[in-house]
Amino acid sequence: MTSGPIPLPMPRVLGALGGTGPGEAARPRFATAAREALADTGQRRSLRESMAVLRGRREAATAEAADWEELREAGRAVRDRSLLSLDTHLETLEGAVTDAGGTVHWAADAAEARRIVVGLVRATGRSEVIEVRSPVTREIGLDRALAGAGVDVAETGAADLAVRLAGERPAHFLLPAVHRDPAEIRRTFLRRMPGAPSDLTDDPRELADAARAHLRRRLLSADVAVIGAAFAVAETGTLVMPEGDGGGRMCLTLPETLICVLGIEQVVPCWRDMEILLQLLPRSATGERMSPYVSTWTGVSAQDGPRDLHVVLLDNGRTAALADEVGRAALRCIGCAACLSVCPVYERTGGHAYAAGGSVLSGPIGAIWTPQTRGVRGAAEASLPFASTLCGACGDVCPVKIDIPGILVHLRGKVVQARRHRPVPPPEMAVMRALAWAMGDRRRYEPALRQGVRWARLLSRGGRIRRLPGLLGKWTEARDLPAPPRDPFRVRWRER
Amino acid sequence: MSRERVLRSVRAALGEARGTEVNVPRDYHHRLTGEEAGSRADVVALFSERVADHRATVRHVGADELATTVAAALWAREAKRIVVPDDLPYGWLAQLEGVQALADAGTVDVAVLDAVDGVVTGCAAAVARTGTVVLDGGRAQGRRALTLVPDYHLCVVHADQIVGTVPEAVARLDPYRPLTWISGPAATLDLGLRRVPGVHGPRELEVLVVED
Amino acid sequence: MRVALFVACFNDVLFPRTGEAVASLLTRLGCEVSFTPEQTCCGQMHWSTGYQREAAGLARGFTEVFGPQDVVVTPAASCATTIRDAYPRIAEATADPGLAGAAARLTVYELTEFLVDVLGVTDVGAYFPHRVAYHPTCHSLRALRLGDRPLRLLRAVRGLELAELPAAEECCGFGGAFAMKNSDVSVAMVADKVRHIRQSSADVVCAVDNSCLAHIGGALSRLRGGVRAMHLAEILAATEASR
Repeated sequence: MTSGPIPLPMPRVLGALGGTGPGEAARPRFATAAREALADTGQRRSLRESMAVLRGRREAATAEAADWEELREAGRAVRDRSLLSLDTHLETLEGAVTDAGGTVHWAADAAEARRIVVGLVRATGRSEVIEVRSPVTREIGLDRALAGAGVDVAETGAADLAVRLAGERPAHFLLPAVHRDPAEIRRTFLRRMPGAPSDLTDDPRELADAARAHLRRRLLSADVAVIGAAFAVAETGTLVMPEGDGGGRMCLTLPETLICVLGIEQVVPCWRDMEILLQLLPRSATGERMSPYVSTWTGVSAQDGPRDLHVVLLDNGRTAALADEVGRAALRCIGCAACLSVCPVYERTGGHAYAAGGSVLSGPIGAIWTPQTRGVRGAAEASLPFASTLCGACGDVCPVKIDIPGILVHLRGKVVQARRHRPVPPPEMAVMRALAWAMGDRRRYEPALRQGVRWARLLSRGGRIRRLPGLLGKWTEARDLPAPPRDPFRVRWRER
Repeated sequence: MSRERVLRSVRAALGEARGTEVNVPRDYHHRLTGEEAGSRADVVALFSERVADHRATVRHVGADELATTVAAALWAREAKRIVVPDDLPYGWLAQLEGVQALADAGTVDVAVLDAVDGVVTGCAAAVARTGTVVLDGGRAQGRRALTLVPDYHLCVVHADQIVGTVPEAVARLDPYRPLTWISGPAATLDLGLRRVPGVHGPRELEVLVVED
Repeated sequence: MRVALFVACFNDVLFPRTGEAVASLLTRLGCEVSFTPEQTCCGQMHWSTGYQREAAGLARGFTEVFGPQDVVVTPAASCATTIRDAYPRIAEATADPGLAGAAARLTVYELTEFLVDVLGVTDVGAYFPHRVAYHPTCHSLRALRLGDRPLRLLRAVRGLELAELPAAEECCGFGGAFAMKNSDVSVAMVADKVRHIRQSSADVVCAVDNSCLAHIGGALSRLRGGVRAMHLAEILAATEASR
């Protein structure tokens, strides 16, 4: 074989592999945010311990259900059935809610949803609101909008209270304070919560009692409540809300006005489907046979609960996800967060690293949800599909069988595709193309192989490479690479 | 208008897939397996075991002992004043001496609900596999605030109200009524992942299973 | 039985001994092993990094090289996964029904699948007097679902003491491009894996994929951990005679 021109500029290969395009490094990519999170040792310890507990609880609760796999398959089908006729179900839902005395509002984006809710609160003439924080109310940035309108918001959840008092954002969309241990929550309560008992210990029971005492008057006297819900049943107009602490029940029974914000994907076709989802959700989410409380209600009832019920249906990028035949499966999500507790990446970074553009969902589901609902043009969004080793643990536990690893790879393809249109290809792309070209034919592959081996052996000492140049240096920051033997397998095979 | 805009986006997003029928395979358990419960007595026993797993108190009583047991439970807590739905069967409270029972017809003020020592109700159905009682606002159950604000809830379950599984309960319940599925006392995992009582609902739940 | 070896590109360049081990093991078990030098790369790296078009080219190349072979065996579990699970997806993503058809006609086994399911052996006559921890790599565990096949093979190795690896099923943090794009998280993960390997007091850690082993071994080597990372095939190929 001739030693023609070297097809691969080796230093460029070494330097650019794993890199990003020009100008991207300065923006808050997942990797940058993750580095900060990794340095927070207290958070890492809490997350490691909490995730192990959650994994154990989920495992026990699902192992106990002998029909778990049948339930998952049914859950997948129910959610697909919802999504593939979503327009019909939404119209049916609207009719059913209206017939039952409620009012339905439609919001194309977060700003419109905020305007609707603020307008509804203003119309009541009240300046105090109680809220069960949910992924959807956080997604639309409702708290800030209400505060801006001069409305005072009290959350019902102890963890939400702790996170707000600490001036933090939730690290988990279901368990907002899961990254903080009881001792840290105690310190926050003592320092920031008016009326916290001075002899408060870090016994979770005492912390719960302190939160109860602090919140109770506000909750009992509230006239307006804003909540999210888990599901809306199209056929009957029924809203469904599982919870643990009764804060949701406070919201939907005591005030005169109840405003419920829902993503359009949260609709399910019929009441009977609850027999599936009410088994999948609690066992997957918190490892419980059933959530301590599940409330279901249809419109308004005489002499029980609010006189006014408003349902706000939110798109905010969901239809963009729905348009992707592969990616739309992400919208099956029922919000159990099981994929977070099994994810080795989430366990080490927590949720903040995933918060591209303030998005709420984190972990594996966030990594496929956010790039689809917000698009992959932003560097932060585009980095999310790569925030995974594709280990597959998330897909294995998903109660509605979302193929999260498959969708991650699919979205990586979209990110790359979007970059193909750049006038100058990013260095990584140039290298990947060159590698593909070289490996596309033995006659190019073998000289490249020889060349690569020669380069690598020049960099090695004592059979290992301790430092690689450029961004491949990311590998050798903490890991050696074995020096390639002089002869590759194919040469040894030929000469054996 | 956003209604049309959202619906139009949905339709455009689905394209040709729109309206595709998806068959939902329902071959999961609709009833308890023989392993879980072979007889009616086993169903009741499973229910009690699962209620107790939620750290609720559960007791079995004969129909003729119900009034005495209700009274004893309230005495044991030194309850002075309780609230009950105004259609609670009179007999359940027949042995109540020294405890004032306020009958609620949707009229008792929230501040009073917060101040009473407990609430006594019946239920609409109960689920063995999950240890759940379900209230639907029907007879002997009252409005939802009644079983939410007081810190102690005594719930009477007749053995024949207990079904095996969630699908059986869903089939039996009316979605047009306000339903509250209660599985143990209010509990939060928010503060260290240990299930602790609170924060807002009753921190104690006691279930009396009435067997004839 | 005639068997075509797909060695995988990184084994070709970095771990030729693994390829040699597979060949000698299969020959010892009575197979006739061939190696087609036309083979290069299955396209995994391109596919999983988002370069669908390039992956499709490599996948087509693979099906052309291995199409005529009855049985293909590879010691790279993640490549076996790519061929089996990803090729249909690559075909779909690049609208190439020809590729889908060609991929469906391939018969590709990961080494331990071939040994246990096709040859029906668990005792391959190996001798390896060391304390060994087995790390089930993610693709072998959750995509190929190898189950306990590798462990059954290891248990039958004479002289070998199997060490219990804590949190064995947790990813080592390699993930291809992840190891560089998210190197901080990747290193945090492999640090835990190394800690668990040390807790097992094994002197060898083995797996069915050299890509993960390069990651684990690279961290062990940096920390001078005294534990060797080694492909399962090399253990199974070892005999008393080869000592």
